[in-house]
Amino acid sequence: MSAVREQVRRRSEAPARARMFVITPVLVVYLALAVLLVVGSVLVGVQGGVLLDHGGILNILTRGTVLGLVAIGQTLVIVTGSLDLSVAYLIGLCSLVAAETMAGSPAMIVPGVLAALVVAAAVGLVNGLVITVLKANAFIATLGVALVLRGYLEHNYTGPAGSVPRAFQHIGYDRIGPVPVAALLMLLLAAAAWWYLRRTRAGYHMYAVGGDVDVARLSGVRTGRTIVTAHVLCAVMAGLAGVFLAGRLGSGAPYVGTDAGYDLESIAAVVLGGTALAGGRGGVAGTIGGVLILSTLDTIFDDLAMDSFFKDVVRGVVLIVAVALYARSRTAGRSA
Amino acid sequence: MAVTHGTPGAEHPVAVVRLEGIEKSFFGIPVLRGVDLSLHAGEVHALVGENGAGKSTLLKVLAGVHRPDAGRIVVRDEEVSFAAPRDAQASGIVIIHQEFTLLEHRTVAENVFLGREPVRRGQVDRRAMETETRRLLDWLGEDGIEPGTSVARLSVARKQVVEIVKALSADARVLAMDEPTAALADNEIELLYGLVRRLRDRGIAILYVSHRMREVFDLSSRITVLKDGAFVTCAPTADLDAEQVVRHMVGRPLEALYPERASHPGAVRIALRGAGNERVRNLTFDVRAGEVVGLAGLQGSGRSAVARAIWGVEPFTTGTVELDGVPTRVTGPRTAVRKGIGYVTEDRKGEGLALRQSVRDNTLLVRRAACRGAEARHDADLARLLGSVAVVARSPHQEVRYLSGGNQQKVVLGKWLAVRPRVLIVDEPTRGVDVGAKQALYRLLRELADDGMAIIMISSELPELIGMSDRILVMREGALAGELPAGADEETVMALATGHGAAA
Repeated sequence: MSAVREQVRRRSEAPARARMFVITPVLVVYLALAVLLVVGSVLVGVQGGVLLDHGGILNILTRGTVLGLVAIGQTLVIVTGSLDLSVAYLIGLCSLVAAETMAGSPAMIVPGVLAALVVAAAVGLVNGLVITVLKANAFIATLGVALVLRGYLEHNYTGPAGSVPRAFQHIGYDRIGPVPVAALLMLLLAAAAWWYLRRTRAGYHMYAVGGDVDVARLSGVRTGRTIVTAHVLCAVMAGLAGVFLAGRLGSGAPYVGTDAGYDLESIAAVVLGGTALAGGRGGVAGTIGGVLILSTLDTIFDDLAMDSFFKDVVRGVVLIVAVALYARSRTAGRSA
Repeated sequence: MAVTHGTPGAEHPVAVVRLEGIEKSFFGIPVLRGVDLSLHAGEVHALVGENGAGKSTLLKVLAGVHRPDAGRIVVRDEEVSFAAPRDAQASGIVIIHQEFTLLEHRTVAENVFLGREPVRRGQVDRRAMETETRRLLDWLGEDGIEPGTSVARLSVARKQVVEIVKALSADARVLAMDEPTAALADNEIELLYGLVRRLRDRGIAILYVSHRMREVFDLSSRITVLKDGAFVTCAPTADLDAEQVVRHMVGRPLEALYPERASHPGAVRIALRGAGNERVRNLTFDVRAGEVVGLAGLQGSGRSAVARAIWGVEPFTTGTVELDGVPTRVTGPRTAVRKGIGYVTEDRKGEGLALRQSVRDNTLLVRRAACRGAEARHDADLARLLGSVAVVARSPHQEVRYLSGGNQQKVVLGKWLAVRPRVLIVDEPTRGVDVGAKQALYRLLRELADDGMAIIMISSELPELIGMSDRILVMREGALAGELPAGADEETVMALATGHGAAA
């Protein structure tokens, strides 16, 4: 205790010089992404391919779009000190709601999207209320909601359903140069989420609740409302991902979210992006970096035609190394 | 946001807050029995009493956490009732707790305005936050803190300043400080003194709760004493001395606070020869069975580092250590426990106890961890162990977080006694413990020494160190500055510790 205190004091005496060289997790993530792109280009190049050609960029961004949408929402709940495991089933559910409401009619595009988002918001509200009112642990609460959603999907659907009008399918495929329009929309939402977390009162309160819920409450923050808001926003982002996937597939699919493992994948992207799983630290900028790292890895594996078992091993190792590095830099930051 | 300036030293002080005849009981047990307290603008008012005397309950009534069963709260001549802490804050009353209510990873300004962030055109007005924080810091004369620094980078003392600025920004007129020095290092206490005086001079009423008589006398202008939930006295500090205050607190003169010293120390139990590591160097000393050896020094002099090295958390890298004449290498806490070294750490709640576990589990923790098989499961002597340290708990199954500080410390001691250590290191054993419990702890430590244990005691309270020790080793800058016999006076110890050797 006293040792720590002395060291903390020693550190605080020379902050001005140190601040110029602060290595933030966000910086690390994008450096890692740059290194990965270089290494990947070399590896793919050795085999006679090109990683970052037209198709490669398109591939990375397309993969990153859905994961990005989910991970942005996941960032909000994780910063608030919570977690959402129900997003994968929710994505499937929302794709079905959108596709079935649209039922092939261009006039129903807007109602379809809205219906999906309302369903998503409702599920998010349930998540938030179970956690704040019933005081259930977030992990269990959202796992429970995920199971409820799975039960509903399994009972009512055996395969794809509904139909998305051609006009809406454009959202999945239109692009400017190698950049998909949907990816731009995702980045726009990321910017909005960044602004929300960093510049608005509600965002400040999310960091406060995630940092220390008792401190936040004693300081007059409405902690319950903050947690519920984060969950609703997270669910809406998952809903958008579902709508987008429906647009790409042309119909709704019950397991489109779970097949890609968007629940754990989104949490992985958030953690890879330097957000503390315990909450209170991190942000959307890092998350987008994490998403790009994961989608770049996938693209590299595809270009190298690596088998899927090895893919998972590498992804797992990357994740563990990243988290270990963050943990290390934090302890070092505390005691050096 | 503006903080109104009071009139320091006015002829007829105005009571900012008056508590009259406050009564409060929990489950039918009276905790406060008609307590009066009035706080004036620009005064430091000390509130003292043993643990359980009702100080914290009174604080909570003042802060709106508890509603009194009877009695009145009068704020600036107007009777009020607080339903929640928010109401008390609205009346300008804020409590500065021992545990800070700060977010480590947010900036100073963000913490100061937490929950009350100014908004301009839909976004948080960060410039206004930083300007106002800067203004309040300047007003307090604290120019070493930048509003944009993350709180995690601040020292404990500076965090306290931030906590106070947070209160001031909410327009606090009354600050109740609960044991404000408990978490501070020696040199930081001086800074706090300055801060408290500046707050006072600027018209803030300060209720200062502390166990430490010296602080009470250094800072306060009036003292209110509580005993067993009842108001004993309120008098100007100038009319009292420490002995009188202690007598009011315990209701009897505190004779022989410290037990008799050892008469015949036994064989050498632990011997250090030129031991050192990154933080301490060239330590050579013995501690004998039956001895209590005090380790004095300023915060940062390496006192605790010696303990941590002996116990193997940061092991010695040079020199040798002998236990009962056998050269020994302690490479980690686990070997330390096996070799019979116990360490009662400074941070009782953080490192000493599993707060949510029972008295029984805590007491048996070390034995279960260090011993194997039947010995580890052996708990027949639990009652004897707890009895020997005189823990007062409802049952062995009570969670330790519900015990008083003194009783918690006894559980920590009991935990070590369960493995019968040969050497016991105690670091700040009486921090946050009331006078009565202190006396019991002193007796207990002395009995352990008499049973043949070698005890190394670290304390920043010099009277206690001098009162207990058979010898005093003084540390300075990671090395031994000298050794003093029993009963050395405070000046001599301080002279050695600071290196201003003229007095020594």
